[in-house]
Amino acid sequence: MNISYIILIPVIPLVVFLLLGIFNRKIKPSVSGYVGVFGLLVSAVLSFYAAFEYFFVLGKVDGVFQTLSEKIVWMNFTDSLHIDMGILVDPISVMMLVVVSTVSLMVHIYSRGYMHGDEGYTKFFAFLSLFTFSMYGLVLATNLFQIYIFWELVGVSSYLLIGYYYTKTSAIAAAKKAFIVTRFADFGFLIGILIIGYYTGTFDFETLNNPEGSAILNWASYSFMGLSALTWALILIFIGGAGKSAMFPLHIWLPDAMEGPTPVSALIHAATMVVAGVFLVARLFPMYYFVDDGFVLQIVAYVGAFSALFAAIIAITQTDIKRVLAFSTMSQLGYMMLGLGVSGFEGHSGVGYMASMFHLFTHAMFKALLFLGAGSVIHAVHSNFLKDMGGLRKYMPITNITFLIAALAIAGVPPLAGFWSKDEILVAAYEHNRLIYYIGVFVAGLTAFYMFRIYFGIFWGKDRLYHHKPKESPLSMTFPLLVLAFLSITVGFIPFSEFVTPDKMGFTAHLNYPLAAIASAVGLIGIATAWVFYKKENQLGDIWANRFGMLYKWTSNKFYFDEIYMFIAKKIFFKRVSEPFAKFDRKYVDGTMVGIGNTTVATSRKIKGLQSGRVQDYAFAFIGGAVIIGLIFIYLWT
Amino acid sequence: MDILSLFIIVPVATIVALLFSKNLRQARIIAMSGSLLQLGMAINLVFAYLKERAVSDDIMVFTKDVVWFQPFNIHYSIGVDGISVALLLLTSIVVLAGVFISWKIFDLPKEFFISLIVLSIGVYGFFISLDLFTMFVFFEVAVIPMYLLIGIWGSGPREFSAMKLTLMLMGASAVLLIGILGIYFNSGADGGVLSFNILEIAKANIPIEAQRLFFPLTFVGFAVIGALFPFHTWSPDGHASAPTAVSMLHAGVLMKLGGYGVFRVAMYLLPEGAKEWSWIFIILSVIGVVYGAFSAIKQTDLKYINAYSSVSHLGLVLFALLMLNKTAWNGAIIQSLSHGFMTALFFALIGMIYERTHTRNITELGGLLKVIPFISTIYVIAGLASLGLPGFSGFVAEMNIFVGAFQDESLFIRIATILSVTVIVITAVYILRVVGIMLMGPVRNESFLKLNKVTWFEKLGILLLLLPIVGIGVAPLWISDMILESLQPFIQGLL
Repeated sequence: MNISYIILIPVIPLVVFLLLGIFNRKIKPSVSGYVGVFGLLVSAVLSFYAAFEYFFVLGKVDGVFQTLSEKIVWMNFTDSLHIDMGILVDPISVMMLVVVSTVSLMVHIYSRGYMHGDEGYTKFFAFLSLFTFSMYGLVLATNLFQIYIFWELVGVSSYLLIGYYYTKTSAIAAAKKAFIVTRFADFGFLIGILIIGYYTGTFDFETLNNPEGSAILNWASYSFMGLSALTWALILIFIGGAGKSAMFPLHIWLPDAMEGPTPVSALIHAATMVVAGVFLVARLFPMYYFVDDGFVLQIVAYVGAFSALFAAIIAITQTDIKRVLAFSTMSQLGYMMLGLGVSGFEGHSGVGYMASMFHLFTHAMFKALLFLGAGSVIHAVHSNFLKDMGGLRKYMPITNITFLIAALAIAGVPPLAGFWSKDEILVAAYEHNRLIYYIGVFVAGLTAFYMFRIYFGIFWGKDRLYHHKPKESPLSMTFPLLVLAFLSITVGFIPFSEFVTPDKMGFTAHLNYPLAAIASAVGLIGIATAWVFYKKENQLGDIWANRFGMLYKWTSNKFYFDEIYMFIAKKIFFKRVSEPFAKFDRKYVDGTMVGIGNTTVATSRKIKGLQSGRVQDYAFAFIGGAVIIGLIFIYLWT
Repeated sequence: MDILSLFIIVPVATIVALLFSKNLRQARIIAMSGSLLQLGMAINLVFAYLKERAVSDDIMVFTKDVVWFQPFNIHYSIGVDGISVALLLLTSIVVLAGVFISWKIFDLPKEFFISLIVLSIGVYGFFISLDLFTMFVFFEVAVIPMYLLIGIWGSGPREFSAMKLTLMLMGASAVLLIGILGIYFNSGADGGVLSFNILEIAKANIPIEAQRLFFPLTFVGFAVIGALFPFHTWSPDGHASAPTAVSMLHAGVLMKLGGYGVFRVAMYLLPEGAKEWSWIFIILSVIGVVYGAFSAIKQTDLKYINAYSSVSHLGLVLFALLMLNKTAWNGAIIQSLSHGFMTALFFALIGMIYERTHTRNITELGGLLKVIPFISTIYVIAGLASLGLPGFSGFVAEMNIFVGAFQDESLFIRIATILSVTVIVITAVYILRVVGIMLMGPVRNESFLKLNKVTWFEKLGILLLLLPIVGIGVAPLWISDMILESLQPFIQGLL
């Protein structure tokens, strides 16, 4: 298989970005929309073709999916250590190409309607293209440094798009927060990379991930504070991944990121960029699995499970529909992480890894659909809040149906996409760690509940006082909804385990009926509860909120994590570090220097009397000096 | 005429021509043609160098040696390697951009351009000198015009700032002179003649006691102009009072003399001294890195923010130079280049903003993206470059520095490295703060709605500086390999 053409997949959006970015003011908005969509369409077609060629034309060689790569040296550090740029083609990168292309294409099409008439229309498409380019680069990366480079680039695209409405104070703050929190996580990531580079002498994934390679075999050679150096490196890299994937406690930026335009939330903060952390762990999975006998994977599993639970609880009480979806994303990302965390490596024991990637795939479809649906609703009623919505099913039939399909999919109702992938994660958890399995099942119930809470809240119940009658969105917006709805129903039937497994050999998965039944039942219970609470206007929700009292308040305030971080940032770092430093510098460091100068001036004033202008005085000084120097010389001589 | 001496002769000729210029227009055109010619020469030099390097194994190429003062064995001795070639290119670009940006100077333009060009002669001469004494002379030639440029064309408490800057740099020069003389008087330790020539001194073994004594003097002497903590305080005041082009040259080029001198003289000639003293300077440079970044967070004056940011960025240069390995040194040189372009760009933009709004206080600014989109967009890009975003030169430099510093296994260096890596977060904080307050948000002041658009000369100046930032950032291999190759003899001298 010749993989050279794959390089075009990222290059096309890059060209579009440069074109739209540089000629921002000269291009008509209508043109820039078409340029953006068309460019991405080409990339998407190439991605689908690449996937087809990789899985079906090339297929397995000797029972194993091959890893193909092409790279050039980008920069040399030392004789052996260098950064390469290139493309790596293996099952997960091909799968990610499909995910990114599909969602990004739909979002591009949708944005033509959603952003219509916005003054920064061209800029918006430029940023979307920049993001898509970076994301392609990230998934195709051949080495740790390349992934880090594109990691930063998706980060900055995210910053630019969250801050897209740059005159809005809340958007500015959210963009800044997202960038700085993830940068903080990247600090860990970077140090992890430095450790790996130093101890293994390479950044290359193929070398690092080789189970027979020296990196994995010699993991125990260097230890630091009781753990091997590579264990530390993997923990630090996971911190980087946790920052991007909004794992607890680095999740605080994701809800605020909803300040960005809704298509952006769908693309970046639901389907693609936020899964980069999951992808990173999957990319290094052999290392995670073999180094220190999977110690770090346990951390991954617990962090994932806790985040899933934590976010699902908060999602129940939020009133802004985009925030509900944001917490839901965080919760589902936790699911993916825990899937990786409980996975084995060979054959059927790799089900956790497989399921995690499967869930990443299906989740991208139905979560993008949920966001785009929410965008359609927000477009119609001009508000993000549940209190301004109700009874919309009559006015927006397509949005209603597609949103319902997505909600059923995420709730894990068979036979929709979410059911299959979530079920496999639960199977893996059940076999590996019962506690995590119970958490997973509980979260499944919560997910169904909060998702139908907003579904009923938006589309059922009574009409609100709308300024004008809500109407269905234009075709450019409903078309992507229909496509994604179709995918949310069907992608679950893909036999994922044949294609994506940690050992790249594939296996045949069987439905575990008892576990599947339990999971579906829990999902249905969640939906039923939501039905009782929210289908018709009633006071049940408020009554129960009151019953929980304190707990409800804590939850709706997201357990005050924003406040805690703000306190640390503002009161500690700004007030106690930064300000004193700045003052210290002016007052003492500079003060000392000025003081030296002033002392010199003052001294010279004092002694300037010596310069009397009388020749006798000078002569006296001269002779005196000469005598003294002479004496010193004589003394030294003898 | 040899290719290097032209870098002295062309500016001198420009000055002579400027002396005869009759009016503003002529002065501008002469200054611009002179600096355009220099840029052309610098670009030509890069290609000539690469061609020469392919056939020559000498450490320095295009060398020329003329006896200047026989009794003390002082020569006018010049030559370049990849490092000086890169820095010459930096200088010529910043000078030309500076001339473009100063297009609208009305106050004594002739004298202004002359001082600017004298400064550049000092810098060019410094980068091509192989003789310590000549190098020192050029160093002084570069520093003295600063006093005039700030004192006459500056703003605010300009006399005080100019005086402070000059006195601190002169104080450093005095210390440096002792260091250089110390090296000179010990260069004959093997029984040879005393010499100022860097290449010859490197071959002689300076006794270890002498190295121990003179390394700190030489290091500090150079590092003061490279903003070593705690001798950096001349820089914020100096920048704040200086006119735009002077800030650009000052931060963009002049401060690079520090790192270059430390590398060429202190590290190369006194390696044993370096090994012994490095710990204390590592501590100081890491303090500079973190402290500068934290201090920048709380500033409200754009120039102060940039000045502290320079303390932080240049702290990394000194830190990397002390790491004594090729990767970190490569990073240090690229960081010098990168910071040169970036900070010159920042000061140019700050100058443009100030000229239009008459304030540099970020709390009085806001919503500039809406009113002056070109300048603001470039400011965002410069900011992203400054916080080390991949695709820009700063990333390349920082990664070389961090990877290089990580090659040392000692716990002390590990901690120092990790502390300096924190700047990737702190820098993001102060950069995004400025972007958020000054460029985004609602338009703060009605009068901003009528701001002048960017002129063609301003655009040219900006793009001239942005091009190399992106060039190094996207395709670092050419420059990084050119520098790495030149570092080889130095690293061998160290082992």
